[in-house]
Amino acid sequence: MNSNQESYSSDSLEPLLRIENLKKHFPIKGGGYFRKEKKAVMAVDDVSFTIYKGETLGLVGESGCGKSTLGRNILRLQEPTEGRVFFNNTNILLHNKHELRKLRKQMQIIYQDPFGSLNPRFTIGQIIGEMYEIHGIAKGAEKEKKVKEMLELVGLDPSRYNSYPHEFSGGQRQRVGIARALALNPTFVVADEPVSALDVSVQSQVINLLMKLKKELGLTLLFIAHGLNVVRHISDRVGVMYLGKLVELSETDNIFESPAHPYTAALLSTVPEADPRLKKERIVLKGEVPSPANPPSGCRFRTRCPLAAERCKNEMPPLVEVRSKHHVACHYPLEEGQTLKEAIASRKTGQLSL
Amino acid sequence: MDKILEVKSLVTGYQGKEGFVRAVDGVSFDINRGETICIVGESGSGKSVTSMSIMRLVEYENGRIIDGEIKFNGEELTTKNTEEMRRIRGSKISMIFQEPLTALNPVFTIGKQISEAILFHHSLGKKEAWQRAEELVRLVGISDPQARLKQYPHELSGGMRQRVMIAIALASEPDLLIADEPTTALDVTIEAQILELLRKLRQERNMSILLITHDIGVAAEMADRIIIMYAGKVMEIANTKDIFDQPFHPYSKGLLESVPKMNGERGVPLKSIKGSIPSLNEIPSGCRFSPRCPFATDKCHTEEPLLEMRGDRQVACWHVDYLIENNLLQIEEEGGVSIEF
Ligand SMILES: Nc1ncnc2c1ncn2[C@@H]1O[C@H](COP(=O)(O)OP(=O)(O)OP(=O)(O)O)[C@@H](O)[C@H]1O
Ligand SMILES: Nc1ncnc2c1ncn2[C@@H]1O[C@H](COP(=O)(O)OP(=O)(O)O)[C@@H](O)[C@H]1O
Ligand code: SF4
Ligand code: SF4
Ligand SMILES: [Mg+2]
Ligand SMILES: [Mg+2]
Repeated sequence: MNSNQESYSSDSLEPLLRIENLKKHFPIKGGGYFRKEKKAVMAVDDVSFTIYKGETLGLVGESGCGKSTLGRNILRLQEPTEGRVFFNNTNILLHNKHELRKLRKQMQIIYQDPFGSLNPRFTIGQIIGEMYEIHGIAKGAEKEKKVKEMLELVGLDPSRYNSYPHEFSGGQRQRVGIARALALNPTFVVADEPVSALDVSVQSQVINLLMKLKKELGLTLLFIAHGLNVVRHISDRVGVMYLGKLVELSETDNIFESPAHPYTAALLSTVPEADPRLKKERIVLKGEVPSPANPPSGCRFRTRCPLAAERCKNEMPPLVEVRSKHHVACHYPLEEGQTLKEAIASRKTGQLSL
Repeated sequence: MDKILEVKSLVTGYQGKEGFVRAVDGVSFDINRGETICIVGESGSGKSVTSMSIMRLVEYENGRIIDGEIKFNGEELTTKNTEEMRRIRGSKISMIFQEPLTALNPVFTIGKQISEAILFHHSLGKKEAWQRAEELVRLVGISDPQARLKQYPHELSGGMRQRVMIAIALASEPDLLIADEPTTALDVTIEAQILELLRKLRQERNMSILLITHDIGVAAEMADRIIIMYAGKVMEIANTKDIFDQPFHPYSKGLLESVPKMNGERGVPLKSIKGSIPSLNEIPSGCRFSPRCPFATDKCHTEEPLLEMRGDRQVACWHVDYLIENNLLQIEEEGGVSIEF
């Protein structure tokens, strides 16, 4: 069913990155009445997971839940508050400047905004060429040749080497961003909402490009997006974040066909489906995501969870494997094949054992 | 049928450096009472300019309606003066926008802004207006209305601000609500809340809704009929179910196919439309979709097709008959099972 499986087989998993207890807290200025009482936005709060070689791991969640922060911290584009990030078995949070620079070649990022992320005063030749110069890989004619190869690779006309970003459409600019990220032949790429700013017809062009390049270059991809249909299409596994926490992680089909976390199930039930013939039971969540500076006690989802019980207030559920290769952070996860509606009903009739 | 809005051959544009450009170039459609219509199209296709023309707000953004008719409840809007228009706007027709923060006044409380809107249309005392505001805020699903009314826009979340905008839009009990991308800036769970609210309002108030979106999923869930726009022109108008069963225009087909389905096969290359939408001063001759259309012929590159009736649908394509007869517009069904909840 999934042609991605050619490059990713769940049985021969070889870890590329291991993220352990990663935390990123942003202190709030002026917050806290007493000096010692430091307040902070807990953008990423104690997240652990593994990214395997050759896989595309999708990351979904509402805005502000910490997806971008997690991506940036894994790459050390921002310094994590706490935790460990093992890349090929070495903790890169202990790397010095020199080691980090070498690491940059292997780990890259593609940004969401194809307009803001390219310097308008540079030609695309300069923008991509810079990568080779900074890392002392090529300059002059050799650099130009490499840049033109990259342009070709991402489906841009190499003769536009001297054009400026504003002369390109949104989709083309995103291709430039991809070319730049891939210029140094990285092994790991974080794509932070790479298609969110694009129109649907162009969005599919860029998704196709990413899938093709991933296959050809053997990349490992952390694909951040809020479009669930896009994430489902491109990912081998999917992680779901809520308020700084990773709440569910499993293979894509498990997540979409039998979600175990009530939040995931509710999210899926409300995705506007581009087919009026598919009628589904919507479970519309009440309320909004609480502030990450002041998250609820216990389970962070409990203020909106239709299954919440007393225990959820007091105990923070850890991320555990509830079924084979299916991790979830919930005291009362849905059973395999059980819908959220059924779970709510069985709670009401008291069948749910607490 | 009881038509609430009739737009005929509307042309709206802007004076650019290289002359007048037509952002909306001969658009015609109508809306029935109680109906929800969605305009779908890529960025820059003229969706917002169409709605701003109906509201006669284009004039405030250096735009001009240069041709066509807009009949609302049988009354011609294009010839109304500023004062008359002001009275219609926000009373019989209301509009909500994509970015609810910019549309609210930051220096007044929510309560003040909603009750002002109520007082503008009803002769009530201040106290009664405040009470009505409280009811409206409750109607749009904001809890603890008394406290909320005393807050300022920046103290509310995006979803709550959009609810406030809807409350203001409803203050006048409009016959037509125009919503331009009301959920684009919102998160999925909040989008779901707002869409549910719109569905409820439509049902309870028999209000007509003109919903502008570029999310085909939103259109599929909300619309009775769908208008597909491209580069300032209507390409196709059809009942929602019909268009998803079988689009009649190559652009509609391209749009529907480029969205990954929640039950489609994963990992396979997605269908896409080559190229991108032209800018207004580079509108191609003939059919404006022809440079991106896989079926374009010589005729398509030179002569522009008109929007014509075909059964109870409308479509602007020279080769629609041939394409349908030969099954070339059929959306290719992918395998997989649907997710049920
Ligand atoms: N005030 C203005 N001055 C000049 N051109 C304008 C103005 N407003 C809109 N346009 C142009 O008119 C065309 C249609 O714009 P419009 O805002 O209606 O697009 P849209 O379909 O609503 O797109 P989106 O999905 O991005 O909201 C665009 O090419 C746009 O650049
Ligand atoms: N540099 C920063 N300083 C303070 N707070 C930040 C900073 N960057 C992100 N945050 C906060 O961290 C949380 C997570 O943000 P982010 O990772 O950007 O979320 P996402 O990418 O999921 O939308 C948000 O509450 C955001 O406001
Ligand atoms: S732990 Fe409790 S509140 Fe949290 S998701 Fe599970 S049931 Fe809901
Ligand atoms: S008129 Fe021609 S170019 Fe235009 S949509 Fe039809 S077939 Fe394509
Ligand atoms: Mg982000
Ligand atoms: Mg618009």
